[in-house]
Amino acid sequence: MENSDVYVGPEPHIEVYKYYGGVVPAAVILALLLQAFFPIYFHWAGYLELPLLVTLYFALSKRNPSSGLMLGMAVGLLQDSLSRTPLGLYGIAKTMVGFTASSIGARIDVEHPISRFLLTIAFYLFHHAIFAVTSHFLLAQHGEAYFKMPLLIAALVNAVIATGLFPLLDRFRRPS
Amino acid sequence: MVAIPSRHKSLTLLAAMIIAQLLLLAVQIKRDQQVRLIRVWAVDLVSPVQRLSSWMIDDLGNVWGGYIGLRHARQDNQALRAELDRLKIRNAELEGRALEADRLSTLLNFRNSHTEVPMLAARVIGASPDSTSQVMFINRGSRDGVRRDMGVITPDGVVGKIIAVYADTSQVLLVGDKESGVGALLATSRTQGPVKGTGEPRLSLEYISNDEKVTVGEQVLTSGQDRIFPKDLPVGTVVEAVPEPKTPFMRIRVTPAAHLDRLEEVLVLLSRQEFTPKKEIDASTAPVIAPPATGQTPARPQ
Repeated sequence: MENSDVYVGPEPHIEVYKYYGGVVPAAVILALLLQAFFPIYFHWAGYLELPLLVTLYFALSKRNPSSGLMLGMAVGLLQDSLSRTPLGLYGIAKTMVGFTASSIGARIDVEHPISRFLLTIAFYLFHHAIFAVTSHFLLAQHGEAYFKMPLLIAALVNAVIATGLFPLLDRFRRPS
Repeated sequence: MVAIPSRHKSLTLLAAMIIAQLLLLAVQIKRDQQVRLIRVWAVDLVSPVQRLSSWMIDDLGNVWGGYIGLRHARQDNQALRAELDRLKIRNAELEGRALEADRLSTLLNFRNSHTEVPMLAARVIGASPDSTSQVMFINRGSRDGVRRDMGVITPDGVVGKIIAVYADTSQVLLVGDKESGVGALLATSRTQGPVKGTGEPRLSLEYISNDEKVTVGEQVLTSGQDRIFPKDLPVGTVVEAVPEPKTPFMRIRVTPAAHLDRLEEVLVLLSRQEFTPKKEIDASTAPVIAPPATGQTPARPQ
């Protein structure tokens, strides 16, 4: 690369993955369906946040902030529409997650299981922080203290789930 | 090739999506009184601007109006102060005129009650610059019929006599002057003796024997013996009567009946005709004469 050529962009060694057509929408819809279905039969499924995991995975993989935030917004709005929360509550939170995860994914290695585990915990807490702030200021819902044990347990559970889910979704990558 | 990353585009897109979802939430969420959140935001956004505008307009209006008002208030204040000063002077003048009217009314009443005695009202226009002599000037002179050695009185009593006459003014020697002397007598005992001035506020009744019984408070009247004043005009009141061991005569001090230190209008006796005792004419029936203006001859009653 000559000095006169200025290439400003993602680091050359970071790959941007593409997926087969329909994989992303199918994963999103499946995640939403399972999120709605599992808690009916399994009480512990209430700790799951499958839409968040899907958003996080594809945002980390695509490493494009614009597509990451759009994906997060879509997932969040769909989740809002299937729940009793106002439209935009989960949408804002997942929009932020998608944007942030895509930005981070362009800079660090997100393929290692440990990094995925830690990133999942961090983004789970980040997601719920955004959700709590939005609820507090817009819905005037003055909730309890944010940092509480069930939240941390849920973060760990989702992180464990992510260590198995993410490699599964890796199989649907289109070879470059 | 220069490829600029889409970071700014992505941030812009992020902001736009966040704002869009916030607006979406605002449309859905209802706050107190069932008002949609977006209306609450709109009102909260506009009302501070409205309050600020209103405050600015009101304050600017008050400042502007206050400035103009203050300007005019200053001019009005100055005008009012000037008018107040003028009115104060006018009030003092009117009060003086009222007092003068009272005095002249008294004079007129006195004169009307003694119409048999020709008298001429005069105004005191000056006093002697010499503190050792007690003289005054009146605004009547030879053209008014005033002559030397005419007596000058007030309704209260004897004032003095004319010692110099000019065309329009005359000089009066007050009874308190050391050179003055009035023929007098004690009202009770009818003992006669001259009343002389001492240069002090009190007069001295001379040549009353130590054997005479003189009481403090006894009236002293004119005797008519000086050929200036008619008889039985008030001269003063005895305030001290002490026998003198070194002389055969008493030391008698008399307070003048007339207020020699407050003379403003006097009457000049044009003749020595005696006053006959008459009741004072009721002031309400006496003809009213307007007080003379300064420097002018007072109007004579018809």
